[in-house]
Amino acid sequence: MTDLFFYIFSAVALISAFTVVFSRNTVNAAMALIVTFLSMASLFVLLEAYFLAVVQVLVYAGAVVVLFLFIVMLLDAKEDKQKKISRISTAAAVIGFAILVMGVVAIQSSPTLAEASGGELAASQMTLKTFGNQLFTTYLLPMQVTGFLLLIAMVGVIVISKKAKQPQS
Amino acid sequence: MTIGLDQYIAVSSMLFAIGFFGVLLRKNTLVIYMSLELMLNAANLALIAFSRYHETVGGNLFVFFVISVAAAEVAVGLAIIVALFRKKQTVQVEELNALNN
Repeated sequence: MTDLFFYIFSAVALISAFTVVFSRNTVNAAMALIVTFLSMASLFVLLEAYFLAVVQVLVYAGAVVVLFLFIVMLLDAKEDKQKKISRISTAAAVIGFAILVMGVVAIQSSPTLAEASGGELAASQMTLKTFGNQLFTTYLLPMQVTGFLLLIAMVGVIVISKKAKQPQS
Repeated sequence: MTIGLDQYIAVSSMLFAIGFFGVLLRKNTLVIYMSLELMLNAANLALIAFSRYHETVGGNLFVFFVISVAAAEVAVGLAIIVALFRKKQTVQVEELNALNN
């Protein structure tokens, strides 16, 4: 049953990711992005990362895509007729894909990985309690740095999107 | 075939590859940005899968930080795109060549 869900959700995620990349209309791309993020959240649930699935839905499918849609509507981007793709970009894409495939094959053929994925899983330790506990003990400094980063991002966005003031003279 | 770490890594790398193609092949800045988000999400999936199958909590926590940084990054990036659009009236990357003189 879980296997079936895995196949369904990963197929949906891949197909909608394709739609994001190859759709002519930017609004359609943003809508497909929501579907991708939701099916990724389902995959997180299958991996028993329930908290992160909720965060994924709230932050990505909620905030990020809404922000994207706002900007798309605001800028009123015309449907772009895709100009012909440059040869260098295509070559870079193909070579990058080949390197990615090699990396994945290398990961999957590594002995430590086979060892890790071999046995049946014990009862997962990944409860929300351990998550929060770790977050505020071992990972306290990254947590605070992240909060500071969010503050900087907020100030930066306000500064960037403010209309440039006319020089007073 | 039972679902293990291998399958999750495969899905994650395929998603990453799709996002990568999007970044390289599309000309619209917004779509490039969406593809970047796809790549970040694919990396998140791989991290969670590793964390689940090695039974450590570190990967999950790292994904938490990645998500918060990505949210901040989207806000700043979209503000930059809006500022660029205000100046040049376009979001196509090949027309944004102010540094190429």
